[in-house]
Amino acid sequence: MRRFVLIAVPYLWLLALFLVPFVIVFKIALSDAALAIPPYMPTMKDGLSAMFSQLDFENFVFLTEDDLYWKAYLSSLRIAFISTVLTLLFGYPIAYAMARAPHEWRATLMMLIILPFWTSFLIRVYAWIGILSTEGLLNRFLFWIGAISEPLTILNTSTAVYIGIVYTYIPFMILPIYAALERLDASLIEAAEDLGCSRMKAFWLITIPLSKGGIVAGCFLVFIPALGEFVIPSLLGGSGTLMIGKVLFEEFFSNRDWPVASAVAVILLLILIVPIILFQRNEQRQQEAEG
Amino acid sequence: MKQMLSTVAVLAIASTAAWAEEVRVYNWSDYIDEELLSKFEDETGIKLIYDVFDSNEVLETKMLAGSSGYDVVVPTGDFLQRMITAGAFQKLDQAQLPNAGNLWEVIKDRTEQYDAGNAHSINYMWGTTGLGVNVGKVAEILGDDAPVGSLELVFNPANMKKLAECGVHFLDAPTELIPAALTFVGEDPNSEDPEAFAKAEAVLSAIRPYVTKFHSSEYINALANGDICVAFGWSGDILQARDRADEAENGVEIAFNAPSEGALMWFDQMAIPTDAPNPEAAHTFLNFIMDAQNMAAASNYVYYANGNKASQEFLVEDVIGDPAIYPDAATLENLYTKAPYPQKVQRKVTRMWTKIKSGT
Repeated sequence: MRRFVLIAVPYLWLLALFLVPFVIVFKIALSDAALAIPPYMPTMKDGLSAMFSQLDFENFVFLTEDDLYWKAYLSSLRIAFISTVLTLLFGYPIAYAMARAPHEWRATLMMLIILPFWTSFLIRVYAWIGILSTEGLLNRFLFWIGAISEPLTILNTSTAVYIGIVYTYIPFMILPIYAALERLDASLIEAAEDLGCSRMKAFWLITIPLSKGGIVAGCFLVFIPALGEFVIPSLLGGSGTLMIGKVLFEEFFSNRDWPVASAVAVILLLILIVPIILFQRNEQRQQEAEG
Repeated sequence: MKQMLSTVAVLAIASTAAWAEEVRVYNWSDYIDEELLSKFEDETGIKLIYDVFDSNEVLETKMLAGSSGYDVVVPTGDFLQRMITAGAFQKLDQAQLPNAGNLWEVIKDRTEQYDAGNAHSINYMWGTTGLGVNVGKVAEILGDDAPVGSLELVFNPANMKKLAECGVHFLDAPTELIPAALTFVGEDPNSEDPEAFAKAEAVLSAIRPYVTKFHSSEYINALANGDICVAFGWSGDILQARDRADEAENGVEIAFNAPSEGALMWFDQMAIPTDAPNPEAAHTFLNFIMDAQNMAAASNYVYYANGNKASQEFLVEDVIGDPAIYPDAATLENLYTKAPYPQKVQRKVTRMWTKIKSGT
């Protein structure tokens, strides 16, 4: 009985916070837009049977008819992928240095990673506007040291979007990798070196594979929110940066078309969930094979 | 410590008890003299919670989702009309609005087209959409005979190419820019004809590479600081930028011009949502705003004309005497209004806007 309760808690959590909202969104995706409150039909007011009788996949068909949506999905995937790679490239050395730092420093270093969270995310993104604008701190500094003679245009370009995403999500990359590296048994590396591995080779053969769990967790934690990111591209990116978050916003706010907006969201979820499930299957199979 | 805690508790209870009622107002950003907010609380004893937005689309979505919790909101005419059809607003109780006699018939006649009989709303402010120009910089780039009073300035690629180096902002509002592009090519601004739309799209796509940003509120500061030299925006916002630049004494001189080809005239209307938690307090707020001196204070602060005849004697000369704010008869002739697009057309317009902005 106690075991049953223990298992039920996470499932209830999943049911209330994932499945129920998903069913609602999916139902709206199958409805028609209307000029009413709420702006789609049929709704609960039409009675339970009417609510489910007039549903169809029209909105999903609509998404395939306009190349805007595919371009936006692809552009978001590209931005999320590049940001994840960049975040890993910057995050891994930081996590590695933290895990190798003397024991008494680690708590302080950890604090420094977490500290930015104490300031509102929005204020930190706004601060980047002040840093990156043509009259901003970065340009003035580069001008002052004589590296440039004309101000660089960074704000309102995709470079600024990458900077914003990497900056915002890097703690989510560092923390899981640090957790994996900290647990790593130092004697394994000593053993590898004793057996003739160079330090570099030991790093590739021992450290990287043993921190794989952390790397994968970090990549997911960065990739998933970056894919649907809306705030960073709209504040730092130019009007030309096409991302699915922006398309969702326009469907929802400018077109007042909740059904199409919901259909876009459902597809986005599928794009995320299918690879994650495939990846987990693969992991499980590997573990079983090893076990 | 314990005593201190109980004192705090008593204070907390006292402060909640002091507010018998509260009213939640959702208005445009930079759109009121904030002293009016505390004046309202002092006069009526109603706690005022004041929130701001910068796009009609955000407001409309909140209204259509229902239970927004707001008692007074301020949509623009064409958005108001559609939301009335959706059943989002309640009819005003005229008995609770004794100051309604102060309203200006000229404006009431025009807002009729959005709200029949003005039954659901009162006019707060109105204005035009046009060109904000950094006088010095534009003259420097395009010469003294630059077409600062014409859409040529922003819709002619040759001019825009030169202006791009000092920065041009456009409103991120397709329902304002597309009618303007239509008047530029000699079409009816209210046209929904696909061929006319194609012409407007061609105009906007040609100048797109030279637009620094599409945004509906950033241009106030950008103009005032001299970061950009032209903005296609709302009259009062541009005049606020002019004022901020004057105050900062940074040598930036800003002017507003309604385009000679015709300018969009819009009306921001105060209305009470159907599901407003405190409709009575909302009426009290509307009545407070319609007071001649209060309305004048708001206009004197934000540089927008209002729909309140009685307030005109309290307006400063800078406002009532400025033809950019209160246009003369000839300019008034040249202003057009915009009816809302039907759903299908709206989708086309949004799609066209996305295409113009992102090239996809």
